[in-house]
Amino acid sequence: MLVIKNLYAKAKDGKEILKGLDLEIKKGEIHVIMGPNGSGKSTLSNVILNNPKYEITSGEIYFENELINNLKTNEIAKKGIFMSFQTPVEVEGVKISEFLKTAKNSISDERVNLFKFITNLEENMDKLSIKKDFINRELNVGFSGGEKKKNEILQLLTLNPKLAILDETDSGLDIDAIKVVSNGINLFKNENNSVIIITHNAKILENLKVDYVHVLVNGKIIKTGDSSLAKEIEENGYSKYLK
Amino acid sequence: MKTRIELDDNIYNKKVKEESVSKIVGLTKEIVEEISKEKDEPKWVLDIRLKALDYFNKLPMPNWGPDLSMLNLDEISTYVKRGINTSDKWEDVPEEIKNVFDKLGIPEAEKKSLAGVGAQFDSEMVYHKVQDDLKKQGVIYCNFDTAIKEYPDLVKEYFTKAVPIMDHKFIALHYALFSGGSFVYIPKGVHLDNPLQSYFRLNSKGAGQFEHTLIIVEEDSYLEFIEGCSAPGYNTLNLHAGCVELFVKKNALLRFSTIENWSKNMLNLNTKKAYVDENGKIEWIMGSFGSKISMLYPMSILEDNAKCEMTQLSFAGKGQNLDTGLKVVCNGKNTSTVVNSKSISKDGGICTFRSNVLVNKKASNSKLSLSCESLMLDSISRSDTIPSCTILNDDTIFSHEAKIGKISDDTIFYLMSRGLSEEEAKSIIVRGFAEPISKVFPVEYAVEMNRLINMELEGTIG
Ligand SMILES: Nc1ncnc2c1ncn2[C@@H]1O[C@H](COP(=O)(O)OP(=O)(O)OP(=O)(O)O)[C@@H](O)[C@H]1O
Ligand SMILES: [Mg+2]
Repeated sequence: MLVIKNLYAKAKDGKEILKGLDLEIKKGEIHVIMGPNGSGKSTLSNVILNNPKYEITSGEIYFENELINNLKTNEIAKKGIFMSFQTPVEVEGVKISEFLKTAKNSISDERVNLFKFITNLEENMDKLSIKKDFINRELNVGFSGGEKKKNEILQLLTLNPKLAILDETDSGLDIDAIKVVSNGINLFKNENNSVIIITHNAKILENLKVDYVHVLVNGKIIKTGDSSLAKEIEENGYSKYLK
Repeated sequence: MKTRIELDDNIYNKKVKEESVSKIVGLTKEIVEEISKEKDEPKWVLDIRLKALDYFNKLPMPNWGPDLSMLNLDEISTYVKRGINTSDKWEDVPEEIKNVFDKLGIPEAEKKSLAGVGAQFDSEMVYHKVQDDLKKQGVIYCNFDTAIKEYPDLVKEYFTKAVPIMDHKFIALHYALFSGGSFVYIPKGVHLDNPLQSYFRLNSKGAGQFEHTLIIVEEDSYLEFIEGCSAPGYNTLNLHAGCVELFVKKNALLRFSTIENWSKNMLNLNTKKAYVDENGKIEWIMGSFGSKISMLYPMSILEDNAKCEMTQLSFAGKGQNLDTGLKVVCNGKNTSTVVNSKSISKDGGICTFRSNVLVNKKASNSKLSLSCESLMLDSISRSDTIPSCTILNDDTIFSHEAKIGKISDDTIFYLMSRGLSEEEAKSIIVRGFAEPISKVFPVEYAVEMNRLINMELEGTIG
């Protein structure tokens, strides 16, 4: 589904961040990326979605066998890639309900049936224990950290992409909220879609069937293993991977 | 009379072919006398016009704000005469002109939600009507030219009393040339459930519009008045120098809304002033989208316990310089002023908000809170806030907050990652920014405003 080959990318102001990264995600898989602060995890997510702040200097990103390096962010979203932001942005005056409807219409080929959309939205909110009046609030404005993350998962369920990249969606959540998020991921997951979970915390992985765990250090994936690798890192840290 | 409309996708851009329309161009004593004679005015009105002309010739151009040097009055039609009498039946309005107002949705809005409508086309009021039951209660809503003839005592008592003829150069010009506009009188204790709306359409190429609006809301009364303005785009300069005089009596409330969508070749030099008596309230609601240059600073004079609220939004695009703001004079004690201004600029547009506050010594315990926020869509656009404030007592509470922001790349990326195009992302951000203002507008106009914002944003992505 997603294939990244020897990817080098830098911030527009010049700093090289990704340095020869390879990654392959197949349909139906859950991958976990762990790595020390500043190793390039968020940069990788941003580069996949072609955030204009970054620039690919060499390498390729393929999604469903199509080169997507040069597509615009919204075109990539339309192909079916979703990213849950480490720090979701506050957008004043824009109601969540209006925003979700606009977004759903933008990524769908045909016009969205309003009734179906609302029923589906209400179901999802229910499953994520989100109160009804929540969708009348302005997008992320004044939300607590946990509310912002739950809102990202609500967007994930609403937009139902093929590949979900979750950048530290579990950070800063209490134990119950972590459960809500991992339930959300399970609700989303089926054999036809894939998930990349970026995390510092093995807790979120307890209820999930993880296929691979990657360790990203200094802009490169330097080790890949199964879910036991996450436990191992949680216990011993990254020191043995850092030179 | 024969007129023909040139069709165009943009409803604001309807032009009417001009045959048998006589235009008076330029500004001399003879021209002023001719206009007055044309209107068959009493001598006291002509005297005001001539005195105003004198002031116009003497007064200097403003030495601050936008550059007005491109204005050449010798090229402006100061009076456009079609010889249409004001009627209270749309059937009487020449079809081509009625079509323009139809497209603007005026007769439809009248049926649905308005208590009365006035419609001005260039220099002439072509339609004016107020509901019969309001008439019976003593409400007057008519063409200002008509009011001079039918209600001379009322007009004499208030006309030029809020805005004096020598206030500044362009108000002197206005008083020399004024034509049309609305006169409103709401007797004591009358509460209008629906708004009155006057719509000013400047249709002729190179023409000026100088309507005079005078509103008196007597004690314990309530009125919502809506002013709409638009013009088709030409490549020559048009001039709008209107004047609005408002008198809000004890315990009365006047909500005065303006949606201004002049074409981008318009110089809009408008003057508005409200006297607010004890415990009265003026609400200014302003949406400024059009014009090449606007200079517009409604003034409120507040007596004991009087209130002033202003909610305003301006949107300046390429080649536009929108210089707006307000003046407040607090004369009485316990006055309250709340100002909420937002501006959006793009493609090199300039938005300036000037506030000028004077709190007199006897206006003790006055409260003023001003908030100005601006959003710039690119780095070539400009936005300024210029506050000036004189407080002559020591128990006034004054706060002024100004925020200038650029549309953030992170927000655009966030929205685009959800599938919105760059254009959609910008549009949703701008509408969100304007939302607290647009929700205060009369309902039809809130929709209108969103449409205007979308229209302004079309083609933002180059
Ligand atoms: N736009 C940018 N301009 C300059 N430097 C950047 C930019 N974005 C990221 N960096 C730098 O690149 C490195 C990687 O940042 P990134 O956010 O990808 O790390 P991360 O692995 O997600 O860290 P964390 O675990 O703290 O979230 C950091 O040193 C960061 O300061
Ligand atoms: Mg990160």
